[in-house]
Amino acid sequence: MTGFATPSTRLSAERVPEPILSIRDLVVEFATEDGVVHAVDGVTYDVFPGETLGIVGESGSGKSVSQLAILGLIPQPPGRILRGEADFQGRDLLKMSKKDLRRLRGGEVAMVFQDPMTSLNPVLKIGEQIAEAIQVHQEDVSGKAAKERTIALLKVVGVPNPDRRYDQYPHEFSGGMRQRAMIAMAIANEPKLLIADEPTTALDVTIQAQILEALKKAQEESHAATILITHDLGLIAELADRVVVMYAGKVVELTDVQTLFAAPRHPYTVGLMDSLPRLTADEEWLRPIPGQPPSLISRPPGCPFHPRCFLSQGRARCRTEEPPLRKIGRDGHLSACHFAEELEGHTSKLVNEPVAGATS
Amino acid sequence: MTETTPDSDVKFPPVVGAGPDEATISPATPGAAVADLPDGIDLVHEHGLEFKSRSQWAYARRRFFRHRLAMASFVVLMIILLAGVFAPLITPYPFAAQDFAHSGQPPTFKAHHYFGTDVLGRDYFSRVVYGIRTSAKVALIVTLVSTIVGTIIGAVAGYYTGWVDNILMRFTDLILTLPALALLLTAAAFLGTGNPTRVAFILALLFWTGLARIVRGSFLSLREKEFVEAAKAAGSGDLRIMFRHMLPNAVGPIVVNATLIVGIAILTEAALSFLGFGIQPPNPSLGKLISDGQDVSSSMWWLVTFPGLTIVLIVLCINFIGDGLRDALDPTQRRTRA
Amino acid sequence: MVTYIVRRLLYSIPVLFAASVLIFFTVTAVGDPLANLKQNPLFSQQTIHNIQERKHLNDPLTTQYAYWVKDAVTNKFGSPLLQPGTKIWNDLKRVIPHTLQLVLLAEILALIVGVAIGVYSAIRQYSIFDYAATTFSFLGFAMPVFWLALMLQILFTNIFIKWHVRIFYTSGLSSQDPGSGIHFWIDRLQHLAIPAMTLMLLSIAQYGRFMRASMLEVINSDYVRTARAKGLPERTVTLKHALRNALIPVVTVSAINFGALIGGAVITESIFQLDGMGPYFLNALFNQDAYVVMAWLMVSATAIIIFNVIADVLYGYIDPRIRYD
Repeated sequence: MTGFATPSTRLSAERVPEPILSIRDLVVEFATEDGVVHAVDGVTYDVFPGETLGIVGESGSGKSVSQLAILGLIPQPPGRILRGEADFQGRDLLKMSKKDLRRLRGGEVAMVFQDPMTSLNPVLKIGEQIAEAIQVHQEDVSGKAAKERTIALLKVVGVPNPDRRYDQYPHEFSGGMRQRAMIAMAIANEPKLLIADEPTTALDVTIQAQILEALKKAQEESHAATILITHDLGLIAELADRVVVMYAGKVVELTDVQTLFAAPRHPYTVGLMDSLPRLTADEEWLRPIPGQPPSLISRPPGCPFHPRCFLSQGRARCRTEEPPLRKIGRDGHLSACHFAEELEGHTSKLVNEPVAGATS
Repeated sequence: MTETTPDSDVKFPPVVGAGPDEATISPATPGAAVADLPDGIDLVHEHGLEFKSRSQWAYARRRFFRHRLAMASFVVLMIILLAGVFAPLITPYPFAAQDFAHSGQPPTFKAHHYFGTDVLGRDYFSRVVYGIRTSAKVALIVTLVSTIVGTIIGAVAGYYTGWVDNILMRFTDLILTLPALALLLTAAAFLGTGNPTRVAFILALLFWTGLARIVRGSFLSLREKEFVEAAKAAGSGDLRIMFRHMLPNAVGPIVVNATLIVGIAILTEAALSFLGFGIQPPNPSLGKLISDGQDVSSSMWWLVTFPGLTIVLIVLCINFIGDGLRDALDPTQRRTRA
Repeated sequence: MVTYIVRRLLYSIPVLFAASVLIFFTVTAVGDPLANLKQNPLFSQQTIHNIQERKHLNDPLTTQYAYWVKDAVTNKFGSPLLQPGTKIWNDLKRVIPHTLQLVLLAEILALIVGVAIGVYSAIRQYSIFDYAATTFSFLGFAMPVFWLALMLQILFTNIFIKWHVRIFYTSGLSSQDPGSGIHFWIDRLQHLAIPAMTLMLLSIAQYGRFMRASMLEVINSDYVRTARAKGLPERTVTLKHALRNALIPVVTVSAINFGALIGGAVITESIFQLDGMGPYFLNALFNQDAYVVMAWLMVSATAIIIFNVIADVLYGYIDPRIRYD
């Protein structure tokens, strides 16, 4: 069941570089009042240096939890990492001491969160919060130097008047500026891996473009590999090199971004693409995926998607046997579907048009 | 704007080729897939609909019963209350019976002087039990009156807003700027005391304020909800909307706070009686019992200790029950107990 | 900021005014202030008549109110019913500092201890410490203050009787001859210790609980998660990021508490026989001296109002989101 997806052909094709992050069979669950929630159920993928890996899925698909878990940001009662490996540059994050993990966080691995309104400390100045990130990881940096670097960072992400803004509080920033400040905070120590968890979800569509810009600049500045978690296919199309599609805590498809849009090979992905409203076509009905995501406490046996799957058509194999993540076709395209081959030749209609924008 | 289609009209791209299983290739709908299944497959399970839909009250009840401390306290409190109600039946001695032969005795099991006797030979266990009776009576009256008054005032203020709200809340705030105990003492001193009912009403004069604020808060947010608009559109009068539609939704915090008021009422009545401004003989009162024992406290420590412990136990139970109720009725609040 | 303070203070004036009206009319409305005296054979008709003249008791209530306010502002609240030679304010001037000393001691210690307990309970939620602290809090809420005071008195008195050890005094404000300077204050401290302990217990229970709740809320917030994601050591996360936010509501509550205690330590002060606001008030009640009662209520109300303003200002000072309200 292991799938080592090769990086897209954008990167050098001669030599497959070492992944910077390797997640293998990660299982995370939560103990709740109503039972055990299997949030992440055997997830495997790699991230390569310099690339942007998109993780797509609905709410509850486990896309954020898997990242929070490997960084040790999930409180361990109710949460529990049952098994798995998360190799970051050769060291398993799940086996690291708390102290070592803490040193990585904010340093070599940085995270940008979803809601900048609540993710920044309201009683501390923005500049202070960024400078703090610098000083914690680079002890020999003086306060003054940290301040200067902070102002430079704010400039990189496009915050106007950074020297004045340094002394302001989060509530004096607009939503978009706050998110840019968070991005600045994340790249402050030149991370090797940047994880952006739904960076634009809490913001207006008009601001999203600015954040995109900021993210791109951040990537240029730090040369970090980026994990972009979102449910917005438009964002994926803009930024991602390769994409992981998650459903009910599992990886259901993994491929490079062009193939994902041009030739999806999992019925869930197909459904996602089809449910996007289209700018050009003359349509009267939206086409959502019928049904609801399954409860993560007691999932149906077999493939988690089968109750809603058009491809399955009630076939016994889908109901009883969980499909492994396996190679489909060429070049590191993985899909977790028994009948992925039947989607051969299926081309998403999106390929021929400008990307319509956000889903949901 | 496009509407979402009913499921049966969703069309899927036709599937080319057949898989290893024999399956008819047709545009599938979830309904069709299910219809093909042999019997015995759990339909509900298939669709991920395993949860029983529980009603709100069932959830609340379940949460309350899981709060072990609240349940235990409930039991203990019932025992104590029943003891008070059935005081004449269970007390070994009448409340005022004096017995100089056995005066000043520390607690002992013989002659049933569990809590000892005082200087006049009165059995303290019996006195305490009768005191419980009075405390319960006063607390009940205070809670009832202040809850009703507070709810009405809060509801009116929260529902009508505007100047009505302003005036009522200013008035409430005004009362809150005055020191509570002192006000009560003043009222008691000038209005006369002694009688439990009278004391209860004096206390109720002050205790409605907290509840009024809470009910007002609830009503302020409830009035924005759609069901209020719907009721108005249907022509329901204001009073009907307030008490039949909105009030049931505000019941949670009201109940929790009413419970807490019971505890505070007991403590306050005890304090008043202790100072001599509350319930006076011949009516029994736990606070008065404590003050009776004050002068000889260094030698006859039991006279002060037992009535006090009783008060502590009663109020403790009430607070635990209140905590359990809060867990049960207000799930948005983070549980502060396990 | 200054404008905010000024505005709040100005706003308090009508409240003060309204409070005075409420106080005056409730106290006088409950009956004739001289009712007791009239029944007492020791007081001659002449005395009663004099008092009526002095206090304008034959005038309509509103006029009496005006005289009362005038007395309050210009004449040190006038004189008590039965002691025409003294002024109420002079007595108040004597007792207020004593109460302030007690309340200051109790509240500051309670705040420090309560906050510490609350913070620790929150970071070690569901631990044994947490359960113990919670139990302690619940006990604190269930205990009648006067009972606790008596029990402490009994305890320390018995310690003295049994072992002849006296660290704290169980009654009175000062010893017979307390000395001066530092000795005076140490003596005072020894006398205030047990009453302060009594008041403290309830406050610690309150603050501990409140701080715990506030801290729990903050600890699970997104910005604390960000702080952890930055790689900050847990101690910095707790003390710099979480605590500062969690402290805000607690500090403002404590300011309000302080104001309320000025008129609210009645029972404790009387049990321990401290010459403070409490016994002064109780005395007036026993004597049914309406004028002392009214003056006392005004002072208490003023303290509460002032401290409410302080609480608001403090809140605006600590929380940068609130400026010029």
